[in-house]
Amino acid sequence: MALVKAEKIVKVYKIGEVLINSINGVSFEIEEASFVSFVGPSGSGKTTLLNLIGCLDSPTEGNLFVAGEDVNELDRRQRALFRGKNIGFIFQDFNLIPVLTVYENVEYPLIMVKNVSTKEREERTMKLLDAVGMLEQKDKYPDQISGGQKQRVAVARALVTNPKLVLADEPTANLDHKTAYTVIELMKRMKAEFNTTFIFSTHDPKIVEAAEVIYTLEDGEIVDRHVKGVNSNGKSL
Amino acid sequence: MANLFKIAIRNLARYRRRTILTSSLIAIGVIFVLLFVGVSGSFKNMMIGQMTDSMLGHIQVHRKGYMASIDNLPLTMNMKPQAVKKLEKVFQDIPDVESYSPRIKFGGMLSTFTETTNIRLNGVYPEKEMKTLPLLASRISNGGKEIRKGEIIIPELLSRGMKINVGDIVVVIATNKDGSVNGKQLKVSGIIESVTGPGGRDGYVHIEDAMEILRMEEMEISEIAVRLRDFGKLHSVYNTLNTLLSGELNKQGKPAFEVHTWESLSPFYNIARSIDFMTIFIKAMLTAIVLISVMNVMIMAVYERIREIGTIAAIGTMPGKILSMFVTEGVLLGIIGAIAGNIIGTGLVYLLKVVKITFNFGRQSGLVLSPYVTLYDIVMISLIVTIVAVIGSLQPAFKASRMEPIKALRHV
Ligand SMILES: Nc1ncnc2c1ncn2[C@@H]1O[C@H](COP(=O)(O)OP(=O)(O)OP(=O)(O)O)[C@@H](O)[C@H]1O
Ligand SMILES: [Mg+2]
Repeated sequence: MALVKAEKIVKVYKIGEVLINSINGVSFEIEEASFVSFVGPSGSGKTTLLNLIGCLDSPTEGNLFVAGEDVNELDRRQRALFRGKNIGFIFQDFNLIPVLTVYENVEYPLIMVKNVSTKEREERTMKLLDAVGMLEQKDKYPDQISGGQKQRVAVARALVTNPKLVLADEPTANLDHKTAYTVIELMKRMKAEFNTTFIFSTHDPKIVEAAEVIYTLEDGEIVDRHVKGVNSNGKSL
Repeated sequence: MANLFKIAIRNLARYRRRTILTSSLIAIGVIFVLLFVGVSGSFKNMMIGQMTDSMLGHIQVHRKGYMASIDNLPLTMNMKPQAVKKLEKVFQDIPDVESYSPRIKFGGMLSTFTETTNIRLNGVYPEKEMKTLPLLASRISNGGKEIRKGEIIIPELLSRGMKINVGDIVVVIATNKDGSVNGKQLKVSGIIESVTGPGGRDGYVHIEDAMEILRMEEMEISEIAVRLRDFGKLHSVYNTLNTLLSGELNKQGKPAFEVHTWESLSPFYNIARSIDFMTIFIKAMLTAIVLISVMNVMIMAVYERIREIGTIAAIGTMPGKILSMFVTEGVLLGIIGAIAGNIIGTGLVYLLKVVKITFNFGRQSGLVLSPYVTLYDIVMISLIVTIVAVIGSLQPAFKASRMEPIKALRHV
């Protein structure tokens, strides 16, 4: 079974009397260990869709399976547990915890979300810091490192719990182009190294190039599915 | 757990000025409570000490009904020797009783041959009375501090009003319980300072002189004052006495004795009570200070960190963990304030003790205030602060734990 399976999902926001259809019945499947991107203009529904896949929000209609779980069935607590277990998050604004050092930020999910033994915690944290090339900065605080470095730390934090899926909503929007590219390359490398599925959103066409599968969203609908090496709307990999 | 503390301490350090201000406020509250408790406690104890150790004793036992007509000092309500024997046996069996002193209380006339006035007298065994009232001797001024046979100690007011001095001869005249009058010449051996309260203006004679004046064939005792080894056991000894004496019935089948603690004998008990009440009041103020300041800071802390809360909630931190993160922070704030306040407060109380503040109480002047802080006070106050800090941070912490991650993440 696909890691993510969406069947005609709809997300409607209600502001007062006004209904806003952010997602208009989209269906797709994302395989394990893939590197997927959602692109589209502002307001097309990228964030909404990623929030749905990330179990931060639930669809108004349709079925959504993530890691074999019907996420519509989960309550608030179960969703928190599910996220902690299966999903890593990378944010546009890095969202590191300012009072914790680089090392402690990466370690955080292993302490506060999972309950991992001290020894294993140290090993995993060091391994990830090494993998993202932040080992030397490990005792610095977030305000002492650059944006690109922050996002590297965030990548390490997202991967430290060994999630099946990492979601990144516009992870490079706050980075200059060169740095953005290195962060995407890092994610790609991590995908290969840890066999983790990465789903990210962007509206930067150059960054998109790095993805293996590209979904284009417009007005809450998928208007294009592009697979690297296959023509537009190609059926298979 | 250690990590919760680490994060809480770092967050407190992040907003250092606010943390210092808030914990100072809490510390000041704690200092005030300690000072108040220390000073008022010592004042109260001194006051009670003056009452019990120079006049009342800790507990008094009378024949049932005596207290109701104590203003007349009725000789007919005295206790017979057998009754007194029973009581003495009971006192000797209670190890917490340090000493007791039987008294014959009576009213009469005091004459200087030129002038005559009313006087209330206690006939006592000098050693027993002095042992039961350790401060009595200090009230007997400019005179021999003993009460010997053939001598009388007269109240200060009479001495001044009638210009009686130590060494003068006076006559005490009293009506005995059969209605006949008798008198005896006595030498004034001392003047006794007055204290406010019942018996505070009484003179003293030897118990045998009292018997002689009253023409008693057998010794009939009006009251027995009791001193305890440990004042803290007042109520337990009172209860023991009551139980032991409840079996003693008079001819009508009613209890033969009545037992009173100093509390029901002195109007100062109400002052002592109001000091206790004020202590409760000032602790309530501390509670309010801690509650409001911790709550205020934690509401701000939650508000400032909405995006952080969104982040940790998104990556799967359970609501309970988020709640305990913020509660830990609020409690630490309280604990920092409590520790600082306890240290400074205890220091200040000690300082007050060292500088020896004196005050006057009733006719006693130059009493040295010796404020003190007990471990119990410190533990109680710290407990109040901690518990109130938990309560104060619960609401904001709960709010943080209930936040929807997407809403929190979108917050700017
Ligand atoms: N919480 C919400 N309440 C109401 N409307 C919302 C909410 N979140 C998103 N929307 C609306 O849903 C639509 C899709 O928004 P979304 O944020 O998913 O777009 P996006 O593709 O991520 O845009 P951007 O590139 O600007 O980040 C927009 O019209 C937006 O106004
Ligand atoms: Mg978006």
